[in-house]
Amino acid sequence: MTDEAELKRRTAELLAAHPPATTGRGDFLKARFDAGLAWVHYPEGLGGLGAPRSLQAVVDTELEAAGAPDNDPRRIGIGLGMAAPTILRYGTEEQKQQYLRPLWTGEEVWCQLFSEPGAGSDLAALGTRAVREGDAWVVNGQKVWTSSAHVARWAILIARTDPGVPKHAGITYFICDMTDPGVEVRPLRQITGEAEFNEVFLTDVRIPDSRRLGEVGDGWRVAQTTLNNERVAIGGMRLPREGGMIGPVSKTWRERPELRTHDLHQRLLKLWVEAEVARLTGERLRQQLTVGQPGPEGAGMKLAFARLNQEISGLEVELLGEEGLLYDDWTMRRPELVDFTGRDAGYRYLRSKGNSIEGGTSEVLLNIVAERVLGLPSEPRTDKDVAWKDLAR
Amino acid sequence: MTDLLYTEEEEALRAAVRDLLTDHCDAPGVIARTESGTPHDPQLWKSLSVGMGLAGLLVPEAQGGQGATHREVAVVLEELGRAVAPVPYLTSAVVATEALLACDGEEAARLLTALASGRTVGALAVSLATAPGAPFKAVRHEGGALHGELTGIAEAVAADVLLVPAEDGALYAVDADAVTVTAQVSLDLTRPVAKVTFDGAPARLVTSDAPTAVRRALRAGAGLLASEQLGLADWTLTETVRYLKERKQFNRPVGGFQALKHRLAQLWLEVVNTRAAARNAADALAHGSEDADVSIAVAQAYAAPVAVHAAEEALQLHAGIGMTWEHPVHLYLKRAKADSIAYGTAGAHREALAGLVDLQAP
Repeated sequence: MTDEAELKRRTAELLAAHPPATTGRGDFLKARFDAGLAWVHYPEGLGGLGAPRSLQAVVDTELEAAGAPDNDPRRIGIGLGMAAPTILRYGTEEQKQQYLRPLWTGEEVWCQLFSEPGAGSDLAALGTRAVREGDAWVVNGQKVWTSSAHVARWAILIARTDPGVPKHAGITYFICDMTDPGVEVRPLRQITGEAEFNEVFLTDVRIPDSRRLGEVGDGWRVAQTTLNNERVAIGGMRLPREGGMIGPVSKTWRERPELRTHDLHQRLLKLWVEAEVARLTGERLRQQLTVGQPGPEGAGMKLAFARLNQEISGLEVELLGEEGLLYDDWTMRRPELVDFTGRDAGYRYLRSKGNSIEGGTSEVLLNIVAERVLGLPSEPRTDKDVAWKDLAR
Repeated sequence: MTDLLYTEEEEALRAAVRDLLTDHCDAPGVIARTESGTPHDPQLWKSLSVGMGLAGLLVPEAQGGQGATHREVAVVLEELGRAVAPVPYLTSAVVATEALLACDGEEAARLLTALASGRTVGALAVSLATAPGAPFKAVRHEGGALHGELTGIAEAVAADVLLVPAEDGALYAVDADAVTVTAQVSLDLTRPVAKVTFDGAPARLVTSDAPTAVRRALRAGAGLLASEQLGLADWTLTETVRYLKERKQFNRPVGGFQALKHRLAQLWLEVVNTRAAARNAADALAHGSEDADVSIAVAQAYAAPVAVHAAEEALQLHAGIGMTWEHPVHLYLKRAKADSIAYGTAGAHREALAGLVDLQAP
């Protein structure tokens, strides 16, 4: 059993053998992975030690204090939060050995090829086809809302391998090489002016069967691991008080008394309370995870933050009065990260509109809460026993 | 970091209180009692206080209490809220007890021990509608006796002793049989308020600093009321979900209609949030945290409207049956609405926050 003292000892060993001051960032991260200190709850040999997840903080704190570089987790969030847990659960030994190390060090960026123009909330209706040809699969189709596609080395991909069976049964999960000549990435400009996401066109992309994750036709089940982790990642950020969207508007309120009105004051206080309570709920969820009793609250966190971000940023634009009529920059930028605080209120207002759409619309999430948490009856289904090729579209 | 979870001991306490309430506090009984001469339930109170020792949770062991904290009290209040139990727990074991804990001297010590035992029920004679720190009415103290009238005193009918603020700035103890307590017809059937008339009632000095004692009492009352509100909201949600799975119209359970599912999911979110806010306030009170004032104001500003919303949704989603006297949902609506005024409205607590977190009014 790996306990706190043991982790501290191993961390000290790593720091002694690879002093951050004299070791290159990439070399240090590789050494950290090989020492099992990357994600301690992963198995030995795959960057972990099979230790409790809650002990990761011990390692992180020690390394931070020693000035060690980190793997810039926000930049590789899709790899860490979605691809890695799926590979760990469904990958072959060979796949785990090949992909997890460069994924964790950030050497190889990952993206996610799931959503399609015709398959949003009804993701299982996706139409990108993968046809078996010998030892490979030939993939044709279009994916959309792919962040990091333009910098990614690999993608997790779900495609239809059998159109003759009901939609959930005919999907297979693959790892797609983004450098394949059949992969074309086009920026997708959004209402903020920037192009944070991409459209990805797949034309006769050849994927060796060795890059399949899970069984043929089992892709929907495999994808659940990815999607559950996505929602945890979106809803699960730790925040200090006023750490979210409520921060900038509170700051403006304090610094610019001339903007204050009674109406705005009432609304601001109400949102401040809601933001603080949402923060506490997130903290409570993390405490539950730490003691190993994960609650269903995670599904709610994303819903709560989507609505709050939208209402708070809307209030902020209004508070600014004449300045609220302005926008900082409509240039089509290609940001690698969403940065809510680095831009003006108008940007926050527009970008947060996506919070109730990305990673599951709020409407779908409410259904999930109602059905899986409260146990209410599911919607009547007309597509359950119909072959995918016969569905209305 | 604040512990927002429940300990094993707290869960065991919850189970014990819930068992007792399941056996001795059913809805038809509570409804019938509301129109009887004793709207509170003396037998249930005896079981909770004398039987289980819960009236003394906040009182140190040396003074005859259990030496527990606000965290355990909060769990008891959640369960009492779930059952809309007609017992003077919040008013005696929390609010009156907290007032006494702020006081030195023999009279306060004697009363504290008496309240902790549960054999004496206390009530702070300050209107239930008073927010912590807000001004409150006082009566005239003259020649060792009190003269005047106070209204909106919760559970005064059940009280054996009243803690009464006087115009001289002191807090006095007065025996209930030395005053006239007139029940006011109350919105909340399970926590009625009363008018108390003092006509030369003999008074014993508890402290010369009533404002400090009252403030401490109302602060704890407001912070822990959030746990009662959590209990109310939790019961109304659970019961509504249960009913909508069972109730069929248009040849299907009405709980399968998306318009209703979304409303219930939304309510669930609010209950989840309320739990975090209520645990945070209880923990802050238990540890005397520097952040306690913010935690209490946040909890009350959030939980009060949630409890009302949950009860209102429960009534609407139960529809016709929810509008009847026979179905208990009205008890929850009435309690939740009265609770939204008790110890300061959500608006009053938001105003307090404006000062506490420096978001000043124009």
